[in-house]
Amino acid sequence: MFKKILIANRGEIACRVIRTARRMGIATVAVYSEADAEALHVAMADEAVAIGPAPVADSYLRIDRIVEVCRATGAEAVHPGYGFLYERPAFAEALAKAGIAFIGPTPAAIAAMGDKIESKKFAAAAGVSTVPGHLGIVADAETAARIAEGIGYPAMIKASAGGGGKGMRIAHDEAELREGFSSAQHEAKSSFGDDRVFLEKYIEEPRHIEIQVLGDTHGNVVHLGERECSIQRRHQKVVEESPSPFIDAKTRAEMGAQAVALAKAVGYRSAGTVEFIVDRNKRFYFLEMNTRLQVEHPVTELVTGLDLVELMIRVAAGEKLPFTQNDVKQTGWAIEARVYAEDPARNFLPSIGRLVHYLPPSGDGIRIDSGVTEGAEISLYYDPMIAKLCAYGADRDEAIARLRGALDGFYVSGLRHNIAFLAAIAGNERFHRGALSTDFITQEFPDGFTPPTGFTEADQTIVLAAAIAERRLAGEHGPAKLTVLLDGEPHDLVLRPEDSGYAIEYAGETWLAATDWLPADKLLHLRFEEHVSTVQIERLPGNAFRLTHGGVTRRAQVLRRRAATLLQMMPPKVVADTSRSVLSPMPGLLTALVVSEGQEVKAGEALAIVEAMKMENVLRAERDGTVAKLCAKAGDSLAVDQVILEFA
Amino acid sequence: MTDILKRLEEKRAAARAGGGKRRVEAQHAKGKLTARERLEVLLDPDSFEEWDMFVEHRAQDFGIGEQKVPGDGVITGYGTINGKLVFVFSQDFTVFGGSLGEAHAEKICKIMDQAMNVGAPLIGLNDSGGARIQEGVASLAGYAEVFERNVLASGVVPQVSLIMGPCAGGAVYSPAMTDFIFMVKDSSYMFVTGPEVVKTVTHESVTQEELGGAITHTTKSGVADLAFENDVEALIELRRFVGFLPSSNRGPLPPRPFTDKRERDEPSLDTLIPANPNKPYDIKELIEKIVDDGDFFELQPNYAGNIIVGFARMEGATIGIVANQPMVLAGCLDIDSARKAARFVRFCDCFNIPIVTFVDVPGFLPGTAQEFGGIIKHGAKLLFAFAEATVPKVTLITRKAYGGAYDVMSSKHLRGDVNFAWPSAEIAVMGPKGAVEIIFRADLKDQAAIDARTQEYREKFANPFVAAGRGFIDDVIQPATTRRRLCRALAMLRDKQLANPWKKHDNIPL
Repeated sequence: MFKKILIANRGEIACRVIRTARRMGIATVAVYSEADAEALHVAMADEAVAIGPAPVADSYLRIDRIVEVCRATGAEAVHPGYGFLYERPAFAEALAKAGIAFIGPTPAAIAAMGDKIESKKFAAAAGVSTVPGHLGIVADAETAARIAEGIGYPAMIKASAGGGGKGMRIAHDEAELREGFSSAQHEAKSSFGDDRVFLEKYIEEPRHIEIQVLGDTHGNVVHLGERECSIQRRHQKVVEESPSPFIDAKTRAEMGAQAVALAKAVGYRSAGTVEFIVDRNKRFYFLEMNTRLQVEHPVTELVTGLDLVELMIRVAAGEKLPFTQNDVKQTGWAIEARVYAEDPARNFLPSIGRLVHYLPPSGDGIRIDSGVTEGAEISLYYDPMIAKLCAYGADRDEAIARLRGALDGFYVSGLRHNIAFLAAIAGNERFHRGALSTDFITQEFPDGFTPPTGFTEADQTIVLAAAIAERRLAGEHGPAKLTVLLDGEPHDLVLRPEDSGYAIEYAGETWLAATDWLPADKLLHLRFEEHVSTVQIERLPGNAFRLTHGGVTRRAQVLRRRAATLLQMMPPKVVADTSRSVLSPMPGLLTALVVSEGQEVKAGEALAIVEAMKMENVLRAERDGTVAKLCAKAGDSLAVDQVILEFA
Repeated sequence: MTDILKRLEEKRAAARAGGGKRRVEAQHAKGKLTARERLEVLLDPDSFEEWDMFVEHRAQDFGIGEQKVPGDGVITGYGTINGKLVFVFSQDFTVFGGSLGEAHAEKICKIMDQAMNVGAPLIGLNDSGGARIQEGVASLAGYAEVFERNVLASGVVPQVSLIMGPCAGGAVYSPAMTDFIFMVKDSSYMFVTGPEVVKTVTHESVTQEELGGAITHTTKSGVADLAFENDVEALIELRRFVGFLPSSNRGPLPPRPFTDKRERDEPSLDTLIPANPNKPYDIKELIEKIVDDGDFFELQPNYAGNIIVGFARMEGATIGIVANQPMVLAGCLDIDSARKAARFVRFCDCFNIPIVTFVDVPGFLPGTAQEFGGIIKHGAKLLFAFAEATVPKVTLITRKAYGGAYDVMSSKHLRGDVNFAWPSAEIAVMGPKGAVEIIFRADLKDQAAIDARTQEYREKFANPFVAAGRGFIDDVIQPATTRRRLCRALAMLRDKQLANPWKKHDNIPL
């Protein structure tokens, strides 16, 4: 076994690998960029070496520097994590040349599976079922249109070197195809430095289900069951689970067998994932093979009881897999939700900044994989993931219940994040039914994520929590008649102190609720007779609170009945209209202004393109209008909320 | 007897009715509560003891003799806010437009005198059209009586003004001499001369709101401390604010029961200071993470944002916080920030409130605007205020403490009791680059030499050790432990006694 390994990555995956290595008694070497000097993975590793400035091309992608650090520190092997150098054959080759083990597949396997077109040809040859499409690079929009006629719309344009949804477009007709072709090419170029794209039939109501495989250097390959990752946004996975609520034992066995056959055909060792797209009739088609540890691997670990990183390290050290296919059992249910620094209210645009507060949840069946601590910086240089939250339960219902509870108690401040959105998914009825497809988010949240407007079940808890919090702050002990103004809507309550809590008359019912909340706490645990609800709480001026529960965030103002009556007599104030300006939704680079002054635009028409985090974000007109004034020009660096243009 | 009781009830009813239904409705339509409704929100239920409900004016001229309303347009008395005794007057705009006449002024003076006698805060809810013209000079005399009492009460009991309607002309000078001014957005304004006069004299066209509204006074002029959305929110926040204030200068506020632990470490503070010395950070994160329950009552948040002032509690006891804000003008001191902080420091000193100062100051803001504006005298105000203050003074230098600004910001040399520094502190005459360019002016053409000298200067002075080596810094502390260290220092200083030499009063550079 290795005595010392280097982790060529950062963030949660670096921390996760270090944890396993430590348990195995292996010393760890972290590498880091200037921006990560204070990062958690640096603090956790036994040794840490700086490898360059913040941009990844100058640090985490510097193969030469990493090989050099291995030599200097005596690391015998390298774990690449995911992202960065994970699927670059050049990296595995450079390590091999230096006599350093690569904790991953062979360069040949990486190369064979790394190219989407080549991998499909390979898979077809290995007897794996594939999606109808054109197995070759599509040179131009003309050719694309001709091929699409053949395979039929909708068609999908994909970057050959792609991944993570970048350089990917779906076209329902020829016009969309032509527009999508050039933007996909452009995005592919800027993201991967490779503008080759290809075309295939787009499966409707598709599910994304993938098989985890694991091989050793002795020719053994097993699969560890499936993960369903259908809940995606712009082809980025958001929620993943294992097992899938959709497929049966027979389909699982067939998919597993094909995945193992493919892995064997490429001589695969280490952990890898064969991704399939599954249609409504449980027909499945090969999508691609990821020759790495996946972000969502923890759900497989939770249901199989295996440590994939440990197995990767053992395989890399030449050990045989310690079990056979028959030993692999899926027990219980695991769901992962990815917590990102992105703003659901601003179409999920990345949000950067300092984690002023970071309080991850804990409890039965809860696993957190994170590379940050309170006070860490989410910078624009790297992936804006904050943490992976996994909930495990005996069955799917228990896993969902635990996930919901954990999301309620996950408190993050200082930047925008998607926790409320994840809570809304976890509380979604269709999600509970397991009726998933990769269109789940666009169908369930067609206008993006907006907080519910009407009175929800979560609001009931929020009203009770606000009233009790106010009583505890007031430090009064008598009964009280209060009004809670929930985003302005009045709710009347009467609170009477009981032995350990309050009897609350509200909405025609009497609730018994207690809490140990203290004013410094960010979480208020409300104990009812049957269950405990967790509410996030912040104090606001005017005896008000900002409360979050079940994905719902409200301002709740708690007043004596008389004061509330008087407040409601105040005429509502007119709020200034700011919708006439188009503001930059995030810090970024204005790559193009598509309109000019005086131009008339229709709702939905593109206005400007802002690039941030390597993603091109097209800003579109919210309604019909005339462009009055351009306030920025292409090439400008934009601050968040900077005015780009104004309408007449 | 029954007859008397009946008349009493009639008089009370007349007083309670104020200016009558029509005027009350007009008041509500403007988004304003009546004087009595305001007191209901401000004071604890059933705690208000009203005085002088039967006082009426004695004027006769211009037909006013026939119009008399019991109470004469102002409600006065005392009550409690969360159990704390306060004296309060609430002007009734529905009666004679809330105008101030002789009797009206006498009512206000009466509670001011009593507030000083018993040592309780004085709260004014201002909603008045100004001097009652029909009463002539008697009304002006009334104002002056109030002014004189504002001055005598200054530093004896806290005085807070909440402007909830018009406040124009000479009337502005009573709130101006109180300790704090709060305003309500859209329904209150304060100015010495109104838009019509401004238009006639200077030909400027300006609305009441632009000239003297809540936004103007909390962002441009700095006259007011806080602006609120409406009457109810203003009154509720005033209740919270009063909780931070001692009742008088006769002793500090007794500590409240508290649940936030002294030993609470905040590891994230270890990464608050960015690696790059030119990158800003939010000093409010430090404040909110170390004070009890993160509860910080900030004053003037939108005026002179380069310095932050406000109240908080440490282990239940009120403290005043003064902090440079690196997010605004790099935390430089300038005219506005010096005036803002100086007045706050003097309030704390008047009322025995310990002052905690957080320092990250690169110096004074340069420029003709500052020099022509008199930064010399205005900057001196803050220096004077810190220097004369005898209350417990605890200072923490988080990063830069350069030049004269280092001296000003509650340094050891100004009788600072406990002066801490974080390891990131740089205490020097100026930043390394500027210093080297002066000392080694001859080498300016040789960039390599300059770089080497800059590095040398940085290593020598850009740290807390030179100052600590002279005892100007009592200890260099780990940021995560800041709360416990400040709590201990403040607890140690609780019975501090220090007196300045006898004098009639000092002569702060005004």
